[in-house]
Amino acid sequence: MHSFVNKPGDPITRSLVGMAACYPDLLRVHFNPDFVQRAQPGRAGKVAVISGSGSGHEPLPTGYVGLGMLDAACPGPIFTSPTPDQLLAATHAVEQGAGVVYIVKNYAGAVFNSDICVEELSREDICVRKVLVHDDVAIPEKANRRGLGAAPLVMRIAGAAAEEGRSLEQVVAVSERAAENARSMGFATNIETLPRSLHALPLDDHTIELGVGIHGEPGVEQQVDGIIEIVQRLMQPIVDDLPYRSRDRVVLLVSGLGGTPPLELFLFFQHIHEFLQERGILVERCLVGNYLTSLGRGGCTVTLLRLDAELLGLWDAPVHTPTLHW
Amino acid sequence: MAQEITLGQLRNWLILYADRIIAEEEQLTRLDTAIGDADHGVNMRRGMEKVRERLLDPENHYADVGTLFRSVAMTLISAVGGAAGPLYGTFFLRAATSPNSGSRVDLSQFTRMLRFGLDGLQQRGKAYVDDKTMVDAIQPAVEAMEAALASQQSWAVALAAAKQAARLGMEHTIEIRANKGRASYLGDRSIGHQDPGATSAYLLFETAVAALSTSAPLKVNGQEPAAASPRSVPTQAGKQKNTD
Ligand SMILES: Nc1ncnc2c1ncn2[C@@H]1O[C@H](COP(=O)(O)OP(=O)(O)OP(=O)(O)O)[C@@H](O)[C@H]1O
Ligand SMILES: [Mg+2]
Repeated sequence: MHSFVNKPGDPITRSLVGMAACYPDLLRVHFNPDFVQRAQPGRAGKVAVISGSGSGHEPLPTGYVGLGMLDAACPGPIFTSPTPDQLLAATHAVEQGAGVVYIVKNYAGAVFNSDICVEELSREDICVRKVLVHDDVAIPEKANRRGLGAAPLVMRIAGAAAEEGRSLEQVVAVSERAAENARSMGFATNIETLPRSLHALPLDDHTIELGVGIHGEPGVEQQVDGIIEIVQRLMQPIVDDLPYRSRDRVVLLVSGLGGTPPLELFLFFQHIHEFLQERGILVERCLVGNYLTSLGRGGCTVTLLRLDAELLGLWDAPVHTPTLHW
Repeated sequence: MAQEITLGQLRNWLILYADRIIAEEEQLTRLDTAIGDADHGVNMRRGMEKVRERLLDPENHYADVGTLFRSVAMTLISAVGGAAGPLYGTFFLRAATSPNSGSRVDLSQFTRMLRFGLDGLQQRGKAYVDDKTMVDAIQPAVEAMEAALASQQSWAVALAAAKQAARLGMEHTIEIRANKGRASYLGDRSIGHQDPGATSAYLLFETAVAALSTSAPLKVNGQEPAAASPRSVPTQAGKQKNTD
């Protein structure tokens, strides 16, 4: 597959420059170490919310910097979590003495690098708390679950709570509640996404990988396609896991992996929506589009976040980022 | 008197290791493509290139072994990211905190450094033998060093045993199911593939045989220059020593 990402000329850096140029009112980009922060700093005394992620998942994380979400985001190399240097520089740039929340997707690299920062910052008397996102029900063992679509949703809740002026403890508690109430699963229609990828066996036109993450990896199993079956095989494990029950109110996120056209995403969305309606699950808010991606891979991830009145209020509070704004 | 190796030899070991990682980048990434996210070779090369650059910079002087290892650790932590950066970084950082004797170390001190490093790595990563990670190569190697030390073996014998143990541990990762890291997401589909981190860790012990098997010349020289053409020479040296 053709891609410009691995070509010379530092395409990731240039892409960041481009993004900042596109949103001059919203974003400032820093290099060496790389991070993106809000053009307008958050209110004084506000808890800072920061997240890092490998590149290739855009708009995650940089597209979520702005009022009501992140104060700063650190993009790593392609699919590789950013270094402590990046997180530390971002933290020093945006923290205001009220404490810092790191939204961390549960991957070994993301956890270890942020742990190093938490240890380092505790020596400087900066209070940092980690909120772990681990919503992928394709992984049976709970402690080992990957962070998927819950990441932007938890960022939204954390950012809204911080914007309201809540304390560090309160922001952490409500963010963790959001993380605990979110479940996801994904599938992919192709394997070949990385320009450097050496995957041996591309998928044929009728086979999908079920239970994939967002790093071009194989899923937990393969399945012959058929949209009703795919939706069933994705949604049943999600719904059973929490479980989501009749009359539960949810945010529904259907995010493409980057290579599936909106036409298809809405097609999937329609089936998923119907699946939930049949079970009496109330879809209060929804997002359909590319919200966390895996470069240009085909397929999507589905995320449900169960709402209570407080979470819904935070969800609806003003947000102004390149990706979410209301 | 116990035989010692010098700071300069340790520095050469790390340069040799950087060369091997750079040479094996594609292979490490290939292994990570099968059961991870296709970046281990890229990550390790990014880090070890920086380490190599720093070690070869004549401006940099290292007062003792701890300083040398701490510099390697900080470079890896700053440059790599991913899982491997903080894990190898913590390994060297903790190794640096072990008691050592300035510009030379004997086998007991060196073994202790590796044990400290392994403990740090496991505190960071919470992985144990048979989880299919770099621990599967490092732990048996450290244990082999400790056994060799207990039976008063030479550097050459201890390092050869460590290398052999690391190799067996690395090869054993093919047979087992991953419990930690990205490969664990594949469940049983991770079986049949060699762990990329165990492979990069094996290279640490492979290059140690080449760089550290002979103990130091009597004259102390902490900053002797690296091999003139480190990219080819060490690889051959590594092969010649491959007699275990
Ligand atoms: N908990 C752990 N303890 C020890 N080693 C681990 C652990 N988790 C992963 N590893 C090792 O790390 C290697 C992968 O390193 P790599 O550089 O590819 O990082 P990564 O997992 O892709 O990072 P990221 O999660 O940021 O994408 C694995 O092959 C394994 O040996
Ligand atoms: Mg990897």
